[in-house]
Amino acid sequence: MDISADTFKEEACDLLEELETALLELEETPEDMDLVGRVFRAMHTIKGSGAMFGFDAASAFTHHVESAFDLVRDGKVAVSKPLINLTLTARDHISTLLDLDGPADDGLLAQGDALIKKLREMMPDAGENGTGQDASPLGEPNDARDIPAVVTFRIWFKPFAHLLSTGNNPRLLLDELRELGQCSVVAHTGDIPDLESLDPRSCYLLWDILLTTDKGENAIKDVFIFVEDDCELVLEPVYDDRKDEAEHKPPPSDVRAPLTEQEQIKQQLRQKKEKAAAASLRVPVDKLNQLVALVGELVTVQARLSRHAAGHKHPELVSIAEDVEMLSSDLRDNAMSLRMLEIGSTFSTFRRLVRDLSDEQGKAIELTTSGGETELDKTVIEQLKDPLVHIIRNSIDHGIEAPGIRKEQGKPPAGSIHLSAEHSGANVLIRIKDDGRGIDPEIIREKAVQKELILPGDDLTPKQILQLVFAPGFSTAAQVTDLSGRGVGMDVVKRKIANLNGEVALESVKGKGTTLTLKLPLTLAIIDGLLVTLADNYFILPLSSVEECVELSMSEQNKNRKKNRQILNIRGDMVPYIRLRDEYGITRDEPELQQVVVMRVNGGRTGFVVDNVIGSHQTVIKNIGNAFRQARDISGATILGDGRVALILDVNKVLEV
Amino acid sequence: MSKTILIVDDSASMRQLVTLTLNNAGFNVIQAKDGKDGVNKFSRDKMDLVITDLNMPVMDGIEMIRQIRSGNSHQFVPIILLTTESQEEKKKQGKQAGATGWIVKPFKPEQLVAVAKKVLG
Repeated sequence: MDISADTFKEEACDLLEELETALLELEETPEDMDLVGRVFRAMHTIKGSGAMFGFDAASAFTHHVESAFDLVRDGKVAVSKPLINLTLTARDHISTLLDLDGPADDGLLAQGDALIKKLREMMPDAGENGTGQDASPLGEPNDARDIPAVVTFRIWFKPFAHLLSTGNNPRLLLDELRELGQCSVVAHTGDIPDLESLDPRSCYLLWDILLTTDKGENAIKDVFIFVEDDCELVLEPVYDDRKDEAEHKPPPSDVRAPLTEQEQIKQQLRQKKEKAAAASLRVPVDKLNQLVALVGELVTVQARLSRHAAGHKHPELVSIAEDVEMLSSDLRDNAMSLRMLEIGSTFSTFRRLVRDLSDEQGKAIELTTSGGETELDKTVIEQLKDPLVHIIRNSIDHGIEAPGIRKEQGKPPAGSIHLSAEHSGANVLIRIKDDGRGIDPEIIREKAVQKELILPGDDLTPKQILQLVFAPGFSTAAQVTDLSGRGVGMDVVKRKIANLNGEVALESVKGKGTTLTLKLPLTLAIIDGLLVTLADNYFILPLSSVEECVELSMSEQNKNRKKNRQILNIRGDMVPYIRLRDEYGITRDEPELQQVVVMRVNGGRTGFVVDNVIGSHQTVIKNIGNAFRQARDISGATILGDGRVALILDVNKVLEV
Repeated sequence: MSKTILIVDDSASMRQLVTLTLNNAGFNVIQAKDGKDGVNKFSRDKMDLVITDLNMPVMDGIEMIRQIRSGNSHQFVPIILLTTESQEEKKKQGKQAGATGWIVKPFKPEQLVAVAKKVLG
């Protein structure tokens, strides 16, 4: 039962989400009866199942909300904004009730009652409909109070011709009667037509039954409960008269004839069929993580095998190693894809946010989304939500103007926010675009000076000025509002995205709008890395940001050193470089010819000087543990084929340090 | 030989509960997630009994009953409706479409088994 209750909770979450989406869509197209149906269905399931899994309070509350929507479905009440508002609040209340561990306290119940009262007030003549006056047909005996002594009943049972086509079987009913007590049955066969005009699907019989039982009249009525509308039934107690008792005739078993011929086929079919495969399967995240970890180990071992095979020059071994490599790479992709979720459901949760916030601020904002089917790692999606909320809040709070101002500027009164997701190589790009007032570089500059982030005389390009938005402790809001002023700024957004190995880019045109682009890796567990060496140390650079590798001779470095600069001219483009040897204090065995790995970092190009570039490497990321938390520029480690450890560099952090 | 029951409900938890209950009572259970799925599975295997929810996406229970009843094999198999309290109107529609009986949610496991046994014999 507990498994079912858990499943129900998960399901209820989905249903509540569906409910919200449907309500929001309904607000836009109030005439759409399909949407009303969806709303109704979601509540109906929560109500029906809720009661069975012990969520009584939630079920009872949902019942009232559902009753209201029943009227909407019947066209007696029109969909209106207040109704949607109230229903959304009710939806949140249901969610709270479902999350409770114990019974609801008085406060919650009162809250629920208040909601129901408001809802009732919106209904024309809120009649109490459907309050469960009819208990389950086969519940406890309806009234145990007056069980009479042994009574003999005479039952006259004449099914209508169509009874058989409702799936009911008179023979079973008679069997059931026999279980109640001593029973004699006479079948009247007079109505059976001749064979030619006989319809085998029709019932032509009527039965005269005498039953002596101590179970009472209601027990007999219960037997016929499913067929009471499909037959004539007369039931009368006869206390003494048993003279009608006639010979026992078996009830006609012919009614089952059309079914019996199928019995054999059925057995064969059953052997063939397996339980119908479920279209999807819920698996605990732990198991998935375990699988991914194991695949990671496998990839490591496979690298060892490949290395070994290459060393031995044994053709068969090499071929096996290649097969293993191919398989493990497929397996890796497959295992990773299991952790992938569509981002669409996250997008749709923002509709509520946008709606509530724009209402609050008296702004009209339309949220559109695209690319909801784009898949991202579950962990990434989970950690993405907060930054996205913050960005959207910023857009609404600082970006989109009030309708009046928008009109003056010749913009449509309703602002728009567009959320989109798309694949780009091993990354996913998520864009949040608004058509608000944009960011004024002058204001940013002023603020930055005020906050002593820059000096008044600093010469900055507009792009650099925009970047200041991401500086810690920066907030452009004239006053801290309830929405954006929660002590978190864009620096937190940037840090959170960076924790996901992602990047944030900001574009803004004053008066036209702002676009934030989040670039995120598809997965966090395995990356494609570039393996490089410094003396006998191995490092991994994220391949996705690598642009090119160029050589750098010691003499050129010396020339630069004399001019006290570290800049490289690559086909006319000046690229600053960082000597990783200097960063990590490695001095011995410095080769004459070194390599510069040019990478795109923070929107610019930076070279990283290493001894040697070995090549691309499928990097299974291992955490290096808390002991090395201080090493902020190392994001993890990986184990190479020969068992050595390579450190994974976080190039953003290297630049910061 | 155990009988096979098709449970049609869009609620996974309800399907799970019904399946568990009926499995424990010795029945085979096949699940379908809506009316359309139900009709498909019904046409694939022989069912001894169909238990169906009424409100479902894609195809509701009543339409499913109509399709089963107007089909040409096993069309008179017993069909039990799962209704909430007394959706009298829905129940009536279901009966008119050819349902055999009904069981009212919330129900106890024993009640479900009792209804199944009642119509299966």
